Amino acid sequence: MALVSVTNLTRIFDVSKPWLNRVIERKPKAMLTAVSDVSFDIEERTVYALVGESGSGKSTIGKMLVGLLAPSTGSVDIRGVDLARETDAAKIDDVRADIQMIFQDPFASLNPRWRVRDIIVEPVAARGGETRGLAERLLEQVGLAARDAGKFPHEFSGGQRQRICIARALASEPKLIVCDEPTSALDVSVQAQVLNLMSDLKDEFGLTYLFISHDLTVVQHMADKIGVLYLGRLVEEADPDTLFDTPKHPYTQMLLAAAPQLDGFGREVAPPTGEIPDPINPPPGCAYNPRCPLAADICRTTRPELRRVGNARVACHMVD
Amino acid sequence: MTPTLSIRNLTVDIPTRHGTLRPVQDVSYDIAQGEILGVVGESGAGKSMAGNAVIGLLNPPAHIASGEIHLNGTRIDHLQGDDMRRLRGQQIGMVFQDPLTSLNPLLKIGDQLTETMLAHLDISQSEARKRAIAALEEVGIPGAAQRVDSYPHEFSGGMRQRVVIALALCAEPSLIIADEPTTALDVSVQAQIIALLKRLCRDRGTAVMLITHDMGVIAEAADRVAVMYAGQLTELGAVRDVLTAPLHPYTDGLMGSTPLASRGKARLHQIPGAMPRLDALPDGCAFHPRCPRAQADCVRNPGPTLSDGQGRAACFHPLVREDVA
Ligand SMILES: Nc1ncnc2c1ncn2[C@@H]1O[C@H](COP(=O)(O)OP(=O)(O)O)[C@@H](O)[C@H]1O
Ligand SMILES: Nc1ncnc2c1ncn2[C@@H]1O[C@H](COP(=O)(O)OP(=O)(O)O)[C@@H](O)[C@H]1O
Ligand code: SF4
Ligand SMILES: [Mg+2]
Ligand SMILES: [Mg+2]
Repeated sequence: MALVSVTNLTRIFDVSKPWLNRVIERKPKAMLTAVSDVSFDIEERTVYALVGESGSGKSTIGKMLVGLLAPSTGSVDIRGVDLARETDAAKIDDVRADIQMIFQDPFASLNPRWRVRDIIVEPVAARGGETRGLAERLLEQVGLAARDAGKFPHEFSGGQRQRICIARALASEPKLIVCDEPTSALDVSVQAQVLNLMSDLKDEFGLTYLFISHDLTVVQHMADKIGVLYLGRLVEEADPDTLFDTPKHPYTQMLLAAAPQLDGFGREVAPPTGEIPDPINPPPGCAYNPRCPLAADICRTTRPELRRVGNARVACHMVD
Repeated sequence: MTPTLSIRNLTVDIPTRHGTLRPVQDVSYDIAQGEILGVVGESGAGKSMAGNAVIGLLNPPAHIASGEIHLNGTRIDHLQGDDMRRLRGQQIGMVFQDPLTSLNPLLKIGDQLTETMLAHLDISQSEARKRAIAALEEVGIPGAAQRVDSYPHEFSGGMRQRVVIALALCAEPSLIIADEPTTALDVSVQAQIIALLKRLCRDRGTAVMLITHDMGVIAEAADRVAVMYAGQLTELGAVRDVLTAPLHPYTDGLMGSTPLASRGKARLHQIPGAMPRLDALPDGCAFHPRCPRAQADCVRNPGPTLSDGQGRAACFHPLVREDVA
């Protein structure tokens, strides 16, 4: 059984102006669909990556997985427990303890007035667990020194802070870590250190990652399975080899062609056309149809279902 | 032929209460007409400082301590005030990471374009407006004739960056300094902007200093590349040579730590540690504490430099490659 099952997950934000303004300006309510009918499974001890451009709904999905945001419709089941609907508080607590999150900005996510020790053990202390020596042990596990426990966050570089975030995430011995752009703020040599560390920890502790990134090469390096998002919709899902060797969805193809390549010397690509549409008024049918070279009439009227094509799942009318 | 831009032994100092910091140290490179020079390195390496020195935009107390900067053969590093401003408007165009730093939020973009043209070109108001619309068309703004009367906030991030490029080019400069022009943009928009920069420079023979931390962007856009580390130029050469067969251990480490399709899931190469802070630069070669090839002389001797703007690697023990001259 999958560790995580996401089923028809949808999140709608009300982004209307205040009621009075709406009345005066005669504007209707504005609803923004950040995540639309997304379904996928994450197998235990694997890395599932979500990739997509900004605003495609990656962070919103991540937040719904860890319970920071409630789904509008659809469900997230973790070990068979639906966090939004489960009524047994003990069960919810139990599952919550199995999930941790790491964010992009290691500066914003550490309380500057706390010592590193207190930051790291906080998730355990909050549940009344044993914390003696825990911070020191975890610091060594993430490549820092035990004596760093007494320092404050500002004494560390960006890469070191992300290690502290990782140590804190590990403290409660979670099964699943949602990593939202964990290395996007880091330089490449530091990114390499953090990615290697994350791979090591995964093997050592049998972790499962939801790995969110906009960087295709990082995703290709880390993931066992990749989901490509466009305007809140899952348009393609496959293992990295299948996805990168034979991308099927026209959007995936565009994205892969647009990504700069380390060996792309003097490469001239016809740059992609158009821009991501307004999520408040998405195009009818397939959200990609205004930019798609293959679009036919059906693409402008009917939303394509995600269906199995070879080793992949693809949401496109024109792929077979 | 005289290069469009020639930087020789450029050193930038920042005096502080605790001593002088040196964010740019003895840097030399040229950019030829129509050439794109990629300047790459990790954050804090001094890329922006070197670019800002060229356009006279160093924030005091940072200042050029020594060295020379020549634009089309004319020395410009000592220009002050209005002279520098005129040169900047006329001969050097600028594109920054955040397009809003280059745009006035209260002015219609058409007015910003015509204002710049009228200040630097001898043309009439109506001619300027015609050229503004043409410039917007050239950078790919749909419906340019209508959009010319829009304000910056009415454009998306990618479209704003196109407007900035139009603005940078409208006085027909011989050099463009683009400092992380696509870092805030999505990859599909980045591809559009890079393609645009390449096309415009090829068509007009403009020289470009393309500052970025993204090796992929460098590979695709640059003709030559300058690698910076801790304020110094560590490697300089044709982009294919430097990226496929780096000679400096730092460049080699950078390439190894970049995830690459062909390497699959193999462990990434790690450069231990991090770039030193300016107030704690090591003696000798600044890279030696992290360098797998370092020997006693790297610590003892003054750091190696590429002071003639030619050479390949500023290193006492560069990698040895049979296939590289
Ligand atoms: N709290 C919120 N209120 C309103 N809109 C939101 C909120 N959070 C996210 N959005 C919108 O939802 C969409 C998806 O956002 P996000 O999940 O952050 O995307 P990503 O992480 O892929 O960049 C965007 O259009 C964003 O503006
Ligand atoms: N006003 C300042 N005072 C002290 N140090 C500064 C100041 N401005 C920049 N620096 C330092 O100068 C160095 C070079 O910065 P910069 O040119 O912006 O690097 P890059 O563009 O390569 O990321 C950095 O180490 C930075 O911390
Ligand atoms: S469904 Fe149609 S519009 Fe959408 S990607 Fe496929 S071909 Fe293009
Ligand atoms: Mg996000
Ligand atoms: Mg910079």
